[in-house]
Amino acid sequence: MKKTIDFTVNNEQKSVQIRSADTLLITLREQLGLTGAKPGCENGDCGACTVLVDDQPMKSCLMLTAETANRSITTIEGLHDTPIQKAFLEHWGFQCGYCTSGFIMNCHALANIHPDANAYEIENWLQSNICRCTGYEEIKEAIMSVLKTKEAGTSG
Amino acid sequence: MIPINFEYHRPTSITEAVETFQQLQLDGKGPLYFNGGTEIITLLRVNQFYTNTRAVIDIKAIPECCYTGFEDDHYIIGASIPLAQIETMGTFPLLGKNCSRIADHTSRMKITLGGNICGKIKYREAVLPLLLTDSELTIAGPSGQRHVPIHQVFDQHMNLEQGEFIVQIRIPKLFLDVPFTSKKQTKIDRISYSLLTVSAIKTEQQIRFAFSGLCNFPFRSQEMEKALNQCQLSVEERITEAIALLPSPILNDLHGSAAYRTFVLRNTLEETIAELEGES
Amino acid sequence: MTGAAKYTADFTAPGLLHASLLTSPHAHAKIKSIDLSEAEKCPGVRAIVIGQDIPVLTGTTVEDRPILALNKVRYFGEPIAVVVADSEHEAQSACQQINVTYELYPVVNSVHQALESKPILVHEQLMNYTQVQKIQPEANSNIANQIKVRKGDIDVGRDQSEVTMTADFSFPPSDHAAMETRSVRAELLPNGEVHIHTSSQGPFMVKELISRYFLIDEDKVTVHTPLVGGGFGGKAAVQLELIAFAASRAAGGKIVKLSNTRETDITGSPGHIGLEANVKLGATKGGKLTFAEIHYNFNAGAYVDEGSDITEIAGLNCTGPYKIDHVWCNSLCVYTNHPYATSFRGYGHGELTFPIERAMDLLAEKLRIDPIAFRLKNTIKPGDTTPSQTKLTKSNIGNVAKCLERVKTLINWDEGQTVNLSDRLIRTKGISCFWKSSITPTDATSGAILTFNKDGSINLSCGVVEIGQGTKTVLAQILAERLKIHESKIHVMMDVDTQTNPQHWKTVASSSVYMVGNAVLRAAEDAIQQLCQTASIVLRCEPGDVDVAEARAFLISNPDKYVSVKDIANGYKYTNGNSIGGTVIGRGNFIMKHLTSIDKETGKGTPASDWTVGAQAVEVEFDTKSYNYKLIHAVSVLDAGKVLHPKSARGQVTGAMSMGLSWATREGFSFDKNGIVLDNQFRTYKMLRYGENPTYLVDFIETPQIDAPYGARGLGEHGIIGMPAALANSLSTAAGVPLNQLPLVPEYIWEQKRGEASDSN
Ligand SMILES: Cc1cc2nc3c(=O)[nH]c(=O)nc-3n(C[C@H](O)[C@H](O)[C@H](O)COP(=O)(O)OP(=O)(O)OC[C@H]3O[C@@H](n4cnc5c(N)ncnc54)[C@H](O)[C@@H]3O)c2cc1C
Ligand code: FES
Ligand code: FES
Repeated sequence: MKKTIDFTVNNEQKSVQIRSADTLLITLREQLGLTGAKPGCENGDCGACTVLVDDQPMKSCLMLTAETANRSITTIEGLHDTPIQKAFLEHWGFQCGYCTSGFIMNCHALANIHPDANAYEIENWLQSNICRCTGYEEIKEAIMSVLKTKEAGTSG
Repeated sequence: MIPINFEYHRPTSITEAVETFQQLQLDGKGPLYFNGGTEIITLLRVNQFYTNTRAVIDIKAIPECCYTGFEDDHYIIGASIPLAQIETMGTFPLLGKNCSRIADHTSRMKITLGGNICGKIKYREAVLPLLLTDSELTIAGPSGQRHVPIHQVFDQHMNLEQGEFIVQIRIPKLFLDVPFTSKKQTKIDRISYSLLTVSAIKTEQQIRFAFSGLCNFPFRSQEMEKALNQCQLSVEERITEAIALLPSPILNDLHGSAAYRTFVLRNTLEETIAELEGES
Repeated sequence: MTGAAKYTADFTAPGLLHASLLTSPHAHAKIKSIDLSEAEKCPGVRAIVIGQDIPVLTGTTVEDRPILALNKVRYFGEPIAVVVADSEHEAQSACQQINVTYELYPVVNSVHQALESKPILVHEQLMNYTQVQKIQPEANSNIANQIKVRKGDIDVGRDQSEVTMTADFSFPPSDHAAMETRSVRAELLPNGEVHIHTSSQGPFMVKELISRYFLIDEDKVTVHTPLVGGGFGGKAAVQLELIAFAASRAAGGKIVKLSNTRETDITGSPGHIGLEANVKLGATKGGKLTFAEIHYNFNAGAYVDEGSDITEIAGLNCTGPYKIDHVWCNSLCVYTNHPYATSFRGYGHGELTFPIERAMDLLAEKLRIDPIAFRLKNTIKPGDTTPSQTKLTKSNIGNVAKCLERVKTLINWDEGQTVNLSDRLIRTKGISCFWKSSITPTDATSGAILTFNKDGSINLSCGVVEIGQGTKTVLAQILAERLKIHESKIHVMMDVDTQTNPQHWKTVASSSVYMVGNAVLRAAEDAIQQLCQTASIVLRCEPGDVDVAEARAFLISNPDKYVSVKDIANGYKYTNGNSIGGTVIGRGNFIMKHLTSIDKETGKGTPASDWTVGAQAVEVEFDTKSYNYKLIHAVSVLDAGKVLHPKSARGQVTGAMSMGLSWATREGFSFDKNGIVLDNQFRTYKMLRYGENPTYLVDFIETPQIDAPYGARGLGEHGIIGMPAALANSLSTAAGVPLNQLPLVPEYIWEQKRGEASDSN
């Protein structure tokens, strides 16, 4: 029942044995030990499992590992000292930290893809993730600090 | 975690996809075309629908399914284009708007147009603009490819023959930039299923309406349109007449009671008519 | 931040087995039979456990709950069986093959129904259950516990009143919805040792209960808790740990992992209590409160768990922070066929505050007095007594009036409670006061241990679970402040291990800073004393001549003469090799004092050591046509005693406000007529998302609590408490109809408006 999939994870070539029914979330966590992507609902609702697939944010619980053959995955473990990681620390963008890697991956993609995102775009993207601990104020400060559109955004 | 096991196939051409389907069908694997996969994955996890599936056929590697562009009088969108992409395309603003209110942005990177209009879920807001614009579908199957008007295959649900799948959606160019409105109301959240979505376009002095979240399925109703366009009557009278012509009972569920939906429907129709009749 | 932070479900182990739960599809039914034959044949299956295999009843106040359903199911989602298999998907597939036959019973689908005369009984054997704490169930009823509060003479209070109000209030049960679902790994070693890894707020409680229910010596049980992904009270209950242990034992002691799916976490594991209340208040024409007559009927769901304590504290603090001489309150803990409830952020206070603060607004309206002015006339002060007749002092209660005054300024009350923006849109404000005390067992205790590294840095070990409340940071700060060293020199052990960390009652009730903070201060004293002892020999003086600060032990009379702490903390070595002293181990502990039990007939007693107070406000923008609204501002001012860490304090308060607004605007289970929870996924169980939050305004008043570390009062929970009432007060003003139920979805407002319209027709 198992089959082999080759893909790139955090810039390393990987080959894993999977069930076709395995989601990317399961494979990352259980086969590759990359537990930064968290299960919060496994239903696409919470965003805790967000990773980048070819630099685009994806909920890893909504994707079969089989779909990612020959593609490039980035998880939180693949980010090092990025501006958004620093910003989350500086602005206290987390409490229990469980939602954090998902938020950071989404924010990181947003900052790369739309460095000058407007208030609508920021909200549109970040509403994909739930944080139960914070009141989102610090997360907003963190994302605003790494985007170019500071002034426009903070007033909105 | 999906408890059952299935095979995964990823054909790179339409013919290969259809042949794979037929073979798997013969093998008794109950194959399923797999597009964004979000519905298949999430329903299988909780053992709903799809549980007899032993093979899925991912159609996203088929070039035609990922195509967008103009062809003669039509704007073509491949069935595998994710909603998030349509949202930012700007070519067909009404579709973009409806797509932008399905699920959340990250999920829309995965949910496809074809998957939404063929899904089991009752909302399928992406189908409303296609119904309003008399769009066509390119369908491939064991008997080859065909273009069909959406009204011919869509009645409450997409009714395809076994082994068929939608390759492309063809929207008549002339409707791409007609005046439109689309209003989605939820119980309270921004990210949520629709309590009611009303999409409307204005064509040669007539307004067309399509609905989601109102009944158990998305629909456009000619009868209701006729009632709503009776300019000699007051807006309130038109709305009352239209409500009497609904194709099935108004939903009554945890998102809202039928009575509340009616209240929201009245308000939304009033606003829609005011906005579109105001346009010239 | 880097993915390195590890939570319970992030660990794996060679040979790890996976467990999966079968849960009840019915809310109330007899289990006629369970057929395991098909499931046992499934590939990979190692063991299956059902209720009959472990027929023990559990509970921290009353033992009413089987580990897995026994004979009948009492709520939708109740665990019935656990399957252990080599992989998770095999365990899940096998679960599907278990064949249970049920005989459906009528369902107790609300508190109201539970209290009917001749009700359907959720528990037939109620009177025969073992009581761990003394509670007062009522025979042949669904009442598990009842608290009576009788202060003054209600008839006198009634006679004194000139204006009265009465109204019903309610909200359904809901969920904590921490982002990490509950997760456990359990293992029973051949030598009889038990290891439990769990995402729990009460690892010491887990240890005690595993030992009690499975008859294992406590010294054989070790409970480990790494970082916890949010708890809010929900992970203080012990449930999955017992199932996981039974599963491991059945699978020959192998290590077994059991993680809740979101669906099971929402309905299968305990959630947030519901309430139906009736409040009558009376006042003089001048606005002085004369009496309160209160019924709180809590919907504890199918099992009591913490429900009886929540009922008790809500009864004892039933009036909120107001001086009322004549109080009559009955607070009932009621069984229904709903998912059962456990502690929830605010512990009974958000619950009691909603009806009381709505009632205050309703009475102010009748009196035609401004709601803030009305509250200011009645705020409770030192010298007054609580409903449980505890005398308040300058130390054990904060300053409500000052909080309220500050809120008034921050929300710009004087511009008017309602401001018109257009023909459809208005902005309105609503306020709420609150108070909170924690209910801890009268013997709740905590400990702290300090050890020193070679470089002089300090290890702090305590039993507090790090759950996102930043408690460990604050403890480090308390210690740093006492020793006058930088916080970076203090290493707080983040994981809890019941074998090595000293006892801490539970990481709940915002009491960790108070309890463990005090223990830490004592441990610091103890360490300082030992350091001074060694230093005095080195410095050739008396221990009393030496003090410790800034990593040095120095002569008080001449601070230039010192020895570095790092050179004495693990023994001092003379140049010739002789050594004195020895390793310093600072020990400190704390136990709650002067708490007394409560009188059953009157509620008289001292249930708590302190009452934290505050005031809050919410401003909304309301569409008078559609009844949709937006949250604009939310204000909290609370008397924190002393703010130890401003940024973290603000984050705790805004986080709790957000949770309160989420609860008030959209959370609450929808049950169908059979008691089935319809919103058991985040697709339909909704929480506030980014951008739906208001702008937060937070400020603190500092009235020190004398016996707390640096005067600091707990504040991790408080932001939630007044949010529902403040929002309801704001929206009631906006809509012009009383809104006395949660959640405050537009449909409910529409319904009330429609009711009003048809009433006046
Ligand atoms: C977080 C979240 C929120 C959601 N919110 C909404 C919402 O607001 N409104 C809404 O409508 N839906 C919503 N959905 C459901 C989602 O729209 C459906 O899952 C959607 O139908 C799936 O699209 P997909 O591309 O992922 O389809 P798939 O899961 O790949 O397929 C769905 C079905 O369509 C069939 N299918 C797919 N493509 C084709 C094709 N080209 N030809 C023929 N058959 C095909 C498949 O065989 C399958 O039966 C939500 C889902 C998630 C995860
Ligand atoms: S776990 Fe993937 S969205 Fe929640
Ligand atoms: S920090 Fe706990 S969920 Fe976001």
